[in-house]
Amino acid sequence: MAAATQPLHARLRREATAESVFRWATVCSAALVLLLLFGVLASLAYGAWPALKTFGFGFLTTQVWNPVTVKFGALAPIYGTVVTSLIAMLIAIPIAFGIAVFLTETCPRWLRTPIGIAIELLAAIPSIVFGIWGLFILAPILQQHVQPWLIDYIGPLPIIGLLFQGAPYGIGLLTAGIVLAIMVLPFITAVMREVFQMTPTSIKEAAYAAGATQWEVVWDVVFPWSRPGMIGGVMLGLGRALGETMAVTFVVGNAHRISTSLIAPGTTIAAAIANEFTEAVGDLYTSSLMALGLILFVLTFAVIAGARLLLLRLERGATRRYA
Amino acid sequence: MTRVLRRRKLKSAIALGISMLATVLGLATLGAILWTLVVQGFGGWSITLFTQTTPAPQSEGGLLNAIYGSVVMTAIGIGLGTPVGMLAGTYLAEYGRRNAFTSTVRFINDVLLSAPSIVIGLFVYTVVVARMGHFSAIAGAISLGIIAMPVIVRTTEDMLRLVPTSMREGSAALGAQPWRTVTSVVYPAARSGLITSGLLAVARISGETAPLLFTALNNQFWSSDLNGPMANLPAVIFQFAMSPYENWQVLAWSGALLITLFVLLLSIAARSIAALFGTIQRGAS
Repeated sequence: MAAATQPLHARLRREATAESVFRWATVCSAALVLLLLFGVLASLAYGAWPALKTFGFGFLTTQVWNPVTVKFGALAPIYGTVVTSLIAMLIAIPIAFGIAVFLTETCPRWLRTPIGIAIELLAAIPSIVFGIWGLFILAPILQQHVQPWLIDYIGPLPIIGLLFQGAPYGIGLLTAGIVLAIMVLPFITAVMREVFQMTPTSIKEAAYAAGATQWEVVWDVVFPWSRPGMIGGVMLGLGRALGETMAVTFVVGNAHRISTSLIAPGTTIAAAIANEFTEAVGDLYTSSLMALGLILFVLTFAVIAGARLLLLRLERGATRRYA
Repeated sequence: MTRVLRRRKLKSAIALGISMLATVLGLATLGAILWTLVVQGFGGWSITLFTQTTPAPQSEGGLLNAIYGSVVMTAIGIGLGTPVGMLAGTYLAEYGRRNAFTSTVRFINDVLLSAPSIVIGLFVYTVVVARMGHFSAIAGAISLGIIAMPVIVRTTEDMLRLVPTSMREGSAALGAQPWRTVTSVVYPAARSGLITSGLLAVARISGETAPLLFTALNNQFWSSDLNGPMANLPAVIFQFAMSPYENWQVLAWSGALLITLFVLLLSIAARSIAALFGTIQRGAS
């Protein structure tokens, strides 16, 4: 009880000192979050500088990726990143929408929580698990059953046939897109479900009272009301898909080339970095991979920041109106 | 019933039926993945998985060194990320509730929460690995710590906000400085919430692969040297799954199952604690 025997003013002074120390520690920690962002940006820009200086703007528009002649361009990985993410979104959005509608409208009450929890738990599964499943299970199925059919029946069609040319490798942009879709499904579903639930019951009841069917309430009341939130959720999923590394690296094929065919092997920014970084010899090669990292970071930052802004505005609006 | 009404009802039934099919399809796919994982993974499970180190191609072995490396790096990562994350979360929830700095930090933190982890790996490579001149377990742990931090910042803030203001006011009325209120009243009140926050962070980083590939690298042999490359489950799974050797592929499945079970268990534990905490809080206020 040494503290109790001290004079009061000394103890108070000590408390005040401790207060300012603790306060400073919390402020500095919070500042570290901002510092981290700038640190990441600065280190990537520093690492990417030699490549950007050598190749200039052409880095973004050339397809060559040749470690032997030391010529690098980011177009093929950028193309692959965008295409696989688009495929993932095309598949995941309608399914996530369906699940969210089912969970908030038709699902019996006792089933809602278990299914909701199951979906949230699935979001926690490490991406490498999806990758290994894609490589050993999905790719052979696609190679033996789906891709031959696509090549034979859709391949000969004009325009759309261009998407399904070549040999059935099993791995490629399409496979990567499907694996990504499965991976981001829980994320998008969770957000959609949340925003659906935010629709005020009174306007749904009003629609029912006016004689709307259940689907008309979903499509004409809930859907328009939750559109900004849904877009936010979709963009959040897109941010994940763009930057996802392991699930894609297993199944994308890792070929630096651009092909109109979706079943051809390709690569993405994240997959190229994961595959080549430790094996890259020469400063320019490493620097080019850093430049890819910088592009990826800026791209995902823009998408995720946009999504967060949308969701943030929605949250504020909701509390203002109904709190 | 008029024809129009009948058609509208039919359309409603079909659309809702499709939504149910979407649910079945989504859950079935995810279920199929887990099922394959269990079937393929348990096939390779035996005691040697935990007692032997990673083998050469076509020979017997386990994952002991990889499990050890993953545990060590996750532990150090959490050790690094937790104090900083908790202090930052404390600032957001207690000190700077309404200023512009707080909303900026909160926003950036939310973005970092979903930022691609491979980029964090590149960052740590530039800042740590390139400086030290070699790959090391400590670099891997740092990258895991950086990934854990935003998770802890976010959950700490959320949990501290659940503590009723009246408790803080009571403490302040007794003459306590804010730091004393936070450490002696708010933290204990939010204890189970803070534990949840830690568990979620462990779950988040224990399956991370991408940032380890070029920080901790990998190691075919047993190593407990933090200053050198160290084996870790995700990197071993990646290497073994991509290899043409069947015994390596079996080990990759076993390792994937191990990580998944661990992560799912942690998530369930975290949820249960959080649910308990939520009801207690609601009862108290």
